[in-house]
Parts: sequence; C-alpha cells; structure tokens
Amino acid sequence: MYRYLLRRLLMMVPLLIGITLISFTVIHLAPGEPTDMQTQMNPQASSDLQAKLHKQYGLDKPLPEQYLLWLSRLVRLDFGESFAQDNRPVLGKITERLPVTILLNVLSLVVILTVALPLGVISAVRRNSFFDRATTVLVFVGFAMPSFWLALLMMDWLGVRLGVLPVSGLKSLGYEYMSLSEQLLDRIAHLVIPVFIAAIGGLAGFSRYMRSNMLDVIRQDYIMTARAKGLSERVVIYKHALRNALLPVITILGLSVPGLIGGSVIFETIFAIPGMGKLFYDGVMMRDYPLIMGVLVIGAVLTLVGNLLADVSYALADPRIRNSE
Amino acid sequence: MMRFLVVLLLLFNMTACTTNEQPTGMEDPVDKVPAFGDTFIEGSIGDASTLLPVLASDGSSSQINGLVYSGLVRYDSGLSVTGELAESWELSEDNLTITFHLRKGVKWHDGAPFTSADVLFTYQTYIDPEVPTAYAESFLQVIEAEVPDDYTFRVTYDKPYAPALMSWAFNVLPKHLLEGKDITKSELARRPIGTGPYRFVEWQGGEKIVLEANRDYFEGSPYIKRYVFRIIPDITTQFLELQTGGLDFMNLLPLQYKHQTSTPAFKRLFNKYRYLAFGFTYLGYNLNRPMFMDRRVRQALSFAINKQELVDGVLLGYGKAATGPYKSDTWVYNPEVPRYDYNPEKARQLLAEAGWSDTDNDGILDKNGAAFQFTIVTNQGNDLRSKTGEIIQRRFRQVGVDVQLRIIEWATFLKEFINPGNFDATILGWSTGPEPDQYNIWHSSKTGPRELNFIGYKNPEVDMLLEKGRRIFDQDERKLIYDRFQRILAEDQPYTFLFVGEALPAVASRFYGIKPTAAGIRYNFNQWYVPQGLQKFSR
Repeated sequence: MYRYLLRRLLMMVPLLIGITLISFTVIHLAPGEPTDMQTQMNPQASSDLQAKLHKQYGLDKPLPEQYLLWLSRLVRLDFGESFAQDNRPVLGKITERLPVTILLNVLSLVVILTVALPLGVISAVRRNSFFDRATTVLVFVGFAMPSFWLALLMMDWLGVRLGVLPVSGLKSLGYEYMSLSEQLLDRIAHLVIPVFIAAIGGLAGFSRYMRSNMLDVIRQDYIMTARAKGLSERVVIYKHALRNALLPVITILGLSVPGLIGGSVIFETIFAIPGMGKLFYDGVMMRDYPLIMGVLVIGAVLTLVGNLLADVSYALADPRIRNSE
Repeated sequence: MMRFLVVLLLLFNMTACTTNEQPTGMEDPVDKVPAFGDTFIEGSIGDASTLLPVLASDGSSSQINGLVYSGLVRYDSGLSVTGELAESWELSEDNLTITFHLRKGVKWHDGAPFTSADVLFTYQTYIDPEVPTAYAESFLQVIEAEVPDDYTFRVTYDKPYAPALMSWAFNVLPKHLLEGKDITKSELARRPIGTGPYRFVEWQGGEKIVLEANRDYFEGSPYIKRYVFRIIPDITTQFLELQTGGLDFMNLLPLQYKHQTSTPAFKRLFNKYRYLAFGFTYLGYNLNRPMFMDRRVRQALSFAINKQELVDGVLLGYGKAATGPYKSDTWVYNPEVPRYDYNPEKARQLLAEAGWSDTDNDGILDKNGAAFQFTIVTNQGNDLRSKTGEIIQRRFRQVGVDVQLRIIEWATFLKEFINPGNFDATILGWSTGPEPDQYNIWHSSKTGPRELNFIGYKNPEVDMLLEKGRRIFDQDERKLIYDRFQRILAEDQPYTFLFVGEALPAVASRFYGIKPTAAGIRYNFNQWYVPQGLQKFSR
C-alpha cells in the first residue's frame, strides 16, 4: 500500500511538468499579448511603453527561457506577479478569491448529494413508478435550463418583487455593523439563490448515476440471497445494496475535487460574486500569463490529488480491492 | 467582460460628458437644504486595477482616483479650465512657459503638507523611463520644470503646445510616500493617499471600494459622507440591484432607459438623465486597399448608410448621427461640412463614376472582372458594433456591394487584424474629450505599426492643420483651423462617421444638487447632497 502510494506520488511530478509545459505553450500561442491591453488604442500611450512593459514582464526573452524561469520560481512555490496593472502576486490574487469559490462549491455539492442520492435510490427501488418518471423529468428540466436565465428570474422574483432575498453579492452594505447572528443570517440569505442555481444543474447527473448503480446492484445474486434468507426489504436495500452502490460515488467525489476551485464565469458575473471563474476569465482575456498558469497549476495539482484520493479511498472502502494486491 | 475591456480602452474618457437635452423627472430643490451625510452607491461593471493614477489606464481606476487625488487644474461645469490645486496660473507672452501658483494649506490625507515638490516629483515620475505609464507623451514636451518656492511650479515648453494646460489636470502623487521606491511595487496602488474630496477606506477585490468624505478638503467638505463603488459585472444584475435600492447610480442601457424605467415606482425613486457622450463610432476603411483608394468610393459607401436608422435601431434613438470627429455641442464642432444623408441613388452613381458596374448581372458590382466584396471586422463583446455591422451589411448589399462581417476577440483582433493592417474595413469607436487635438489619429506620421492612424490616412493639408492646431492657444483662431480640418475629413471620408451615443445615467431621487451642464452631471459630485429627512444611511 505505501509503496503504491509513493509510486503514485512520484509519478505525479513528470505529469505535472508535462501539464505545465503544454499549458504554457498553448497560452503563448494565443494571439495577442498582455501588453496590448495597456498600450493599444490609447491615444495617450507613447510608443515605447510597449517596450518598457515587455522588459518589466520579461517578455523580451526567448520562450523556452521564459518557461524555465517560470518553472524555477514555481519550484520555490513562487507563482510570480500578475501582468495586470496592479502587479500583485498571483498567489495573493488567487487566495483572495478561493474561499468564496470553495464555499459555494462545497455547499452546492452538499445540496446535490443530499438531494440526488435519496432521489436516485428511491427511483431505483421503485423503478418505472410515477415518482421515478416525475423525478427524471424534473432533474432533466433542471439540467437543461439555462442557469443564467433561471438565476435572473429568481433574482427578479425573490429579490425585487417579493424582496425577501438580496439580489447579488455576498454581504449587505452594513455588514460590519451587524451582530454576529445577523451577519450569519445575512451570509446565508446571500447564498440561497446562488447555491440553489449551482445545485440544480448537478442534480440530474448524480441522481441518474445513483439510480443506475443501484439498479445494477439490485440485480446481483447476493441481493437475491439476502432476500432468500428472509431479510426485510429495508435491510436488503439500505444495508446490502446501498453500501455497494455508493462505492462508485467515491470516484465521482474524487474527480470533483479540482472542480471545487473552478468557478463559472457566467454564474459569478450574474451574482456579482468575486470568484475564481471571473478571475481566470479576465486573466485569459488580458493574457495575464502568470495568473493563468497559477490557476492552471493549482487545478492540475488538485486533479491529480483528487484522482489519487479517489483510488486510495476506494481501496479503503472496498476490502476486495484492498486485499487483491 | 469584453464589453468592459472595450469600454475601458476606447471610452476611458466617458466620465466627461455633456448635456443636450433636459433631464427627465427633475424636481425643484428650492426648499431642500444641503446636509452632510448618507451614502452614495454606484455600480460598475469592472473592478479598478490600480489606484496609482500614473499606472492606471482603465475607467474604473480613474473614477476612484478622480475622487481621491486632485490635479492642478480641471474642467468646470462649462468645460473651461479652472484651478484645483493651482489657485491661479500665468502663461508667458510667447506661450512657452506656464507658472502655477498653488493653494496654500492643502494637506494630504495622512496630514502631510502639500507643496510644489509633490508636483515636481509627480512630473518626474511620469517622464521616468523606468515607469510604465501610458501618459508620458504630453509631459515629454516639457523642456524645463522648476519650483522657485514651495507654492510655485513653472514649466517651459520648446514649442507652444495648446493641450499643455489641461495636461496638468493629472493626479498629483504624494512625494513623501513614494520617493526612492519602486513605484510598480508601491502600497499606494491598493491604499491610495491623495488630496482629493474623498479619502480611501477599503477595497475588497472584485466586490467594492469604499471612500469617505474628506472633511478637510480644500474646497470644502463634500456633502455625501460615504462613497461605495460596487462591482457588479452584469448590467441586468445592476438594474435589479438598482430597483431594490442596492445601487443609487448606474448607467442604463438604451433598452432599460426606454422600456423598463417608465413605471411610476421607478420615476418616484430615480431621476434619469441623458446627454451626448464624448466619443463616436465609425466605419474606418483601410486606405492601403486599392478598392478604397478612390475617394468617390468612400463617399458612395457613406451615402449608402442610413445613419439615422443606426441611431434608431442600435441606440433606440439615444444618440445622434455623426458628421465628423467632434460632437455637435462643443465649440470646435463645424456644422458646415458636406453631409452624407442616406441616398442610395447617389451612392450608385458615385460608384459608377469610379468604374464599378454590374456587368455580369449577379447583383454585385464589379470592375476589371473583380467583384466589389470586402469584410468588415469588429471586436467581440460590443453589441452596438455587431448590430451596426449587420445593418450596414444589408444597406451595402442594396447598392451592389457584398460585405462579410467578422467579429473577433479583442486581443486577437488587435494582433491579427489591426496591427498588421490586415483588414478591409472596421467598425470601432474613439473616446474623445473637450480638447480637439486629434494628432495621433489622423497625422500621417502616426501610420506605423501599433499606432492609431491604422487606416493609413495621409493628407498633407490635414497634417499641416493638425501641427498648427496644437500650437495655437487662442480659441477663435484654433476654431478656424479645426473647421477646415473637419471639412477635409468630411470630403475625404477616411471613416464614415456613424453616430455619437448618449450617456443614460439614473440617480436615486433623494440626491439633490445635480445640475446637468455641458460637462454632464458628475462634475459637481461634491455638491450633491441628501436633505436631512431623506437620508437613508445613518452610519
């Protein structure tokens, strides 16, 4: 087990370097340069500003050298400074945005799991019943609905017409003057619509997945055995079937780890939430190479770690896998 | 986001605006007494980038910097130059030297006294080759800057330079906090300290920037106690926030202005204003392309476009057809230029004179066997421009010109199309200001790569006029020059000048003291107030 873990960890290093090399090349292949945004189409910008900025950002060096410089900084966990006009450290910009994004993603994942898993199980147990068909239609409607549209409708209805929830943002204006419990309520009120919107699209995937897992398991021989020896249906389903049907969910959860730091631009733009999606999108639009690379590296590391965690926890959860080696 | 960038790059001067129509829904505020207090919340689609004015070149940053810092001079309500940190100034006989007499007793927000040394330091920062600023050009014209005493600042130019005086409207930086430091790493970029009417309180990235009234402001404390700049990237969300009271100010879209703000509730809570914005949208022809070298062809294309239709269709009527590079309510505007009112007959006739005729009867004009086909490029994210392109496409087709429309992401657009001159025609916009000098856009020396005369316009007389115009200080004399300049542009039609849009702000009706003038409404923000009984925020 430990040797396996060590081997997997070591394998991650060349993989990570490969990912950064490809990302670095691709973003530099995109037409346009970070300096264009500050110098072009500005009647007052003098012509040598471009050259000044080039030198300041080190863009006058050949590309392989730029990559090696970047990599050598990365090894020391230095993500460099943003090419945007504020010149702030990339790591600072990312950590400023990260908590909000993670909070939203974790909350919506929790909502998805608590709703989708029971939905899936019940749909499987009562296959082809009215409940099964109705939830299928509902979750797919949620999946197919353009989330920005639904978001705007909810903001208009709950925020403007009924006035029960705030429209956008994360905090009210007088947040600093509120008592602790008011602050908490204010936070929750701001999160209701965004979390609902973020979760509604994810329900379909998880509940369908759970349903098909469950159906697979119910057809197994050991379920028939359990029933044959006279166990109650409740015990058969929730003790014997559910446990086995939950195993693949671990893989899915592992794969969602990198998704926790990813945000959606449209979503964040509409709710005026300063998250990772908008940060990354703006970075790409401005060709802010250090920022783009920073976000990509963190994403890549989390993907690799997530995969590893999924594999390891799978082994921990399932004795058959644990003992097979 | 793209719209933000474009606004940022092309319309960074939008804050200076002018009125041409009476605002709607104004009440007479005679019985209301100015009172200190309350909070003004403004919505912005983009966050500021840096609060060091020397490095900033986007609209959001300048908006905040304009409140935190001050310049030596500024535009007043009538768009004439008035003193800010400078009490008065003198221009020497030969127009080469300006002597500024600074206000005494002005303090930085941290309490340090403001002196001429700060001005000199700021000037030196702008011209420092190590400082990546976009604004060095006008300061590089200065040959000597000196500080005879603490409250006098004198600059000398080697040639008279008409835009000189207003160039000293730049934000003065605090020497005592910046001297000897690497300006690109300075803390002031996140926590500015200025001499302006508002002092910095906090900046939550991507969320909001908060300022508080500077009670010791040298022109007297502003009335509104707190200023909040909320970043809400989506205009629709901004509009919802406005309706719930989460915003007190936003710039409306034409659609919102026309159809969504006429309810009694909205009219009670908000005042709407409209005025022509400084700037214009144009269709520029690449004059290095053989098909556009003939002036008659460009004139014909201008006749083929129905500008009023663009104003009505794209701006829903909130704008004016343009006749040249200046808007119609400025002193420099020349109404006596050839106009190109919609006239497809005339367009066909001019094209025929230029040798274009439909010999193969396919509906497309041709000449020497080649069909009259070209592509209009514009940038992604600006709805106005793509709609304009579609309408123009149809009009051109009616006179037998086949046009394709390509919409390209901004960075790619610049790199692959504009910089290498690899385009036939483009729809873009320029933001302008009260200063009429447009040397960088039209002079033949500015046709190099990455320069602004990217359509390759070269006219010796225009060159001469542009050079002369920026050397003359007398407004009447200058007007003669720019009148001639506008006439030549109208005859040459290097651009088809399409339209000038209007700014359409909505302001919560509890704010009084708003006086729309040629400068727009924001110029006297310090005098806006909320009467005691109407104040909404007590803290």
